[in-house]
Amino acid sequence: MIIEIPELAVVTLIGPSASGKSTFARKFFKTTEILSSDYFRALVADDERDQSATEAAFNSLYYVADQRLARGFLTVIDATNVKRTARARVLSLAKERDCLTVAIVLNLPKQLCLERDAARPAPLGPKVINRQVDDLRQSLKHLRQEGFTRVYVLSDQAEADSVEIHRVPLWVNKRAETGPFDIIGDVHGCYDELVELLEKLGYQVDQANNRVTAPPGRRVIFLGDLSDRGPKSLASLRLAMGLVKEGSALCVCGNHDQKLQKVLRGSGSLAQWPLKDSPGAKAAETSGLAKTLAELREASPKLLKEIQTFLGDLRSHYVLDGGRLVVAHAGLPEKYQGRGSGRVRAFCLYGETTGERDEFGLPVRLPWAEDYRGQALVVYGHTPTPEPLTLNNTICLDTGCAFGGALSAYRYPEGEIAQVKAKRVYQEPLRPWPEPPEPADDILSVEDFLGAKSLDTRLRGFIKIKAENAAAALEAMSRFAADPHWLIYLPPTMSPGETSPRPDYLERPEEALDYYQSRGIATVICEEKHMGSRAVIIVGRDARTAQKRFQAPGKSQGIIYTRTGRHFFDDPATEAALLERLAQALSQSGFWEKFATDWVCLDTEILPWSAKALKLLRDQYASVGRAGREGLTLTLAALDKATQALNGADNSEARATLAELQAKQTARLTALELYVAAYRRYCWDVVSLDDYRIAPFHLLATEGRVWVDQKHSWHLETLAASLTNQDPLFLATKHLIVELDSERSVTRAIDWWEELTAAGGEGLVVKPLSFFAQKDGKLLQPAIKCRGREYLRIIYGPEYALGDNLARLKNRNLNRKRGLALNEFALGVEALERFVRREPLRRVHEAVWGVLALGSEPTDPRL
Amino acid sequence: MLLTITYNGPNALDLGYLLFKNPYRPRSFELTKGRAHVFFQEISPERSTVALLLDLDPLDLAKGRENSGQGWLFDYVNDRPYVCSSFLSVALAKVFGTAMSGRGDERQELADAKLDLSATVTALPRRGDKDLPKRLFEPLGYQTQTLTYPLDENFPAWGESQLVTLTITGQARLRDLLRQLYVLIPVFDHQKHYFIGEAEVAKLTRAGEGWLAGHPERDLIARRYLSHRPQLVNLAVASLSPPETSEEPEPPIEEPEKALSLAAQRTQAVLAELKTLGARSALDLGCGQGHLLALLLKDRQFERLVGMDASPTALSQAQERLGLHRASESLARRVQLFQGALTYRDARLAGFDAAVALEVIEHLDPARLPAFERVCLQWARPKALVITTPNREYNVNYPRLIGDFRHSDHRFEWTRTEFQAWAQNAGAKFGYQVRFADIGPPDPELGAPTQMGVLTRDN
Repeated sequence: MIIEIPELAVVTLIGPSASGKSTFARKFFKTTEILSSDYFRALVADDERDQSATEAAFNSLYYVADQRLARGFLTVIDATNVKRTARARVLSLAKERDCLTVAIVLNLPKQLCLERDAARPAPLGPKVINRQVDDLRQSLKHLRQEGFTRVYVLSDQAEADSVEIHRVPLWVNKRAETGPFDIIGDVHGCYDELVELLEKLGYQVDQANNRVTAPPGRRVIFLGDLSDRGPKSLASLRLAMGLVKEGSALCVCGNHDQKLQKVLRGSGSLAQWPLKDSPGAKAAETSGLAKTLAELREASPKLLKEIQTFLGDLRSHYVLDGGRLVVAHAGLPEKYQGRGSGRVRAFCLYGETTGERDEFGLPVRLPWAEDYRGQALVVYGHTPTPEPLTLNNTICLDTGCAFGGALSAYRYPEGEIAQVKAKRVYQEPLRPWPEPPEPADDILSVEDFLGAKSLDTRLRGFIKIKAENAAAALEAMSRFAADPHWLIYLPPTMSPGETSPRPDYLERPEEALDYYQSRGIATVICEEKHMGSRAVIIVGRDARTAQKRFQAPGKSQGIIYTRTGRHFFDDPATEAALLERLAQALSQSGFWEKFATDWVCLDTEILPWSAKALKLLRDQYASVGRAGREGLTLTLAALDKATQALNGADNSEARATLAELQAKQTARLTALELYVAAYRRYCWDVVSLDDYRIAPFHLLATEGRVWVDQKHSWHLETLAASLTNQDPLFLATKHLIVELDSERSVTRAIDWWEELTAAGGEGLVVKPLSFFAQKDGKLLQPAIKCRGREYLRIIYGPEYALGDNLARLKNRNLNRKRGLALNEFALGVEALERFVRREPLRRVHEAVWGVLALGSEPTDPRL
Repeated sequence: MLLTITYNGPNALDLGYLLFKNPYRPRSFELTKGRAHVFFQEISPERSTVALLLDLDPLDLAKGRENSGQGWLFDYVNDRPYVCSSFLSVALAKVFGTAMSGRGDERQELADAKLDLSATVTALPRRGDKDLPKRLFEPLGYQTQTLTYPLDENFPAWGESQLVTLTITGQARLRDLLRQLYVLIPVFDHQKHYFIGEAEVAKLTRAGEGWLAGHPERDLIARRYLSHRPQLVNLAVASLSPPETSEEPEPPIEEPEKALSLAAQRTQAVLAELKTLGARSALDLGCGQGHLLALLLKDRQFERLVGMDASPTALSQAQERLGLHRASESLARRVQLFQGALTYRDARLAGFDAAVALEVIEHLDPARLPAFERVCLQWARPKALVITTPNREYNVNYPRLIGDFRHSDHRFEWTRTEFQAWAQNAGAKFGYQVRFADIGPPDPELGAPTQMGVLTRDN
């Protein structure tokens, strides 16, 4: 006997104890597919015969079964299932998860069961077996009726032994079909537009012979609702049927298709349908079915039969291209994809309706796509909108052609839309042509940002976000950050090089250069590190283009934001003025045309430090400097006096003590003065816009491109040509390309660092010349900083280089910082790439939010 | 970091005896985070000056304190080694402990006598309160003199440093001067380097004996010395109060008094509004530390209360306030707290009789208000939404307001017209009727300090 089992189903074994169910199951199914009541009894009671544990065992069994089905795994229930109540529970479980059910009944002779039971170490006894056999006999003829999709009864051992199990894919599973596809929205009898659209897509249509030749490899997918409302439903149906028959098209069932099929199946003669003035007639009028029926009255009975069969065979939906694409007439949430139940079919045809009607008498539909979080792209129709509506990885293609809109096609995988305008309004819509809906993915959902998450990145695979960091990031984002539409990137943290072994230094460039050389990188770039505040700048060609692309509220031309996503400037006027200067410089240099873009995202440093960090400078840096200098100056004066006071007294020991104290306090005062000098270098008063300096160093993204595949030298040259040579507000970043195998080249880099830092410069950043580099498939640090001795006074504190302090500070661990730098870099690039691919706000924001979450991970802030 | 004490007297060298320190022998003392040095900077029969120098190790101070305090580098670029703070008090007690106790041995008469003394404290943080030195020391009979400094002489625009060098001069017993410095130096500062527990109350009571109880700034001193721990402050104030003055214990200190009373009026007004609305379930959007929830919880009308806030810290404080960590099952069913944000769609917010946004919208960027409106009125759709926000017009009644707003995190404060226009518009957009009410004593021209809007759903 051949038993066909759908790939996703609940297989219910039915039979008395000792009928051989477990043996049967083990022969045909994976151990993990079989959930046996005995096994679960043992799990909850340490004894698989403990009948007192039956309820707990079944609760656990069904729980596990439910989890498996939810995740799409075939599940075998190995229990007697001879009672109707037990089977009802299995059936309701399957129904809840929209799975098919297969019953395999081991209806073996009673004697055989009795003998086998008696031979067991702990037999149940004939009384139990007899009762179970009786229960089974009473059940047998009701099984189909109870709701099992398929029922197989094995009446003796020979039959059981002869079984072959064939696992068959579900009808809706077309994962192996990879396209490319041209997916066409609701045709509704608009045949002329359909032909034009097909021709536009490169198909040749021979209307006379109803023949369509597809471009090589391409196939059409119809989203259903071929007929009604438009003038040529019959021709539309014939064209689609022809394409499907040839294998050049797939078609899913729409609600109108289903209705038409029912009418065709039910009515002997179309002439009498619908009866005049019946409720059906009214409905047929408004739905447009009446028009179709009028056309079909002319059709031959053979054609009608063909149409009826074609419509009757239409599937609810298809899962295509390895699960990456789902097509369904009215859309489909992830949990229903690839499943076949009445509920799934109803959803595919009608969407999620509440049963209520709106003021136009149309069913109220719930916006399922707003909550869609699935991996598969869902392409659907059914609900007419003025433009194809993209939302959360779904796209609705019903652009209301019969209502005078357009017929739309989506080219998969290219992601392009092709459209043909309706030649005229064929039917007035019942509801006024809808306003463009307020985009529902415009606002983020909190569930996407609460709790531990795992974010997928191109550069580093899955990156884990801990729950406590997620909570911190949600707080920071919601309380302080700019509107999420603007945040398409956050810069990663940067690690210093290994600690220098030289006694008088904490950091030197040798270690940073060595990091890359020892990992096989031949060429690096050293860039001067500007000491200001990090800023990401997005600017549009003008306010209108920026608004159009970013959809952020307000009317600004762009944004300047900090490394934590806050507005850089408290005063919107300053931001606007700087953005305007930036856009002007870009326009002058022909940037927009050259890059065919209306916007750009830049990674920059804005100087002076005091412009952004004034509060920190006053409350912290200057305040410490003042306290230290004042305290130590007075201390030295006191020590001077004390030394004088000892004059005349013969006390050399006291003098020595004071002298020692004086030497130490003098050194402290000198350190304080150097510290004050260090922070002062990064401060100047900002009176007008021209007192700012903006140093761009990464051209991160423009329309359609993320530029992380270009060398750093390209970035700096491009930025020089487009900005820093255009307007003195923009500061070029000095840099040096270093060949790591050339001693001379390396020496030049070290000399340059010495020179920069001796003059009080912050130091250098060393990066692989290619934007990022990998070794053995693993991402290397995208940048390593080496900071100067003077600069480090404002990081490690005024007295960090005194006495043995430096030696104490050398014990530092970079691992955590480096791990964060890599993950944050990968997430930043991911965010840009998702934005450029026009992924939904949620997906872009998720990556940016991830950077912020990692940023809340505690690390040594001095690194 | 430097304290000097000068004695002007007929035999000023006696200062050495009084302090149990040899003027000709500088000495050092080990402290937990560094050293204290004592030396005499003036030694003459008319005038002697002793100096106490604190030499703290900045690395030791920072150790083990990563991410403490205000975060970013705060522990490394830190004024602690250089200012006079609780570290100085500890050193004072260690180095001059005997003198502080009043022991004078062979100079006991002198130790018990009022002497002509002065003391100079360098780098004392004044925290913007210019009069504080006067208010603290003049009631004790000292004259005060303060020296101020620019924050950075190269950047005059940055203004003055909060640090002063303070000299106090007067007739006092040495032990009293030392004890007063011991208590009052940390009062200037805003952080203590040690744990504040009941032991500190005892120290305060002991060192304050004889002068603190009658000090006009007694409560401020107790509050700041004990780092604003209300329970400890009450304990200290109770033990400082002269027992004969009153049968009743002093009323507990509440602070800041004015703010609390307006805040209390707001929660009371919201409670009354929710009662009128007949709400059985209420959602507190931006519940903060749970003040409103605590009030609602006492009322049996509310069967289900939910508090949401963006800040996990605030939520854990609210949890504490409401006693949820040890709540019975029935209490836990009645009240629930979770993290969320006002501009994020949230299915958990649906199905409430009333939602309250008490003093929260002004913390949102104006550009994000439309998102809040949609989250709250389109998706959560409570039957009623109660919103309170400051009335900007009233702000002229707050002369001490720093900056434009009542709170540094406020992104805007609205006039009555602005608030009403916004609320009417939002209500109309999503099908809510709107009415307004005042909270707090109204100014005839400018309205009440707080304005409240009540939005009720049409169906």
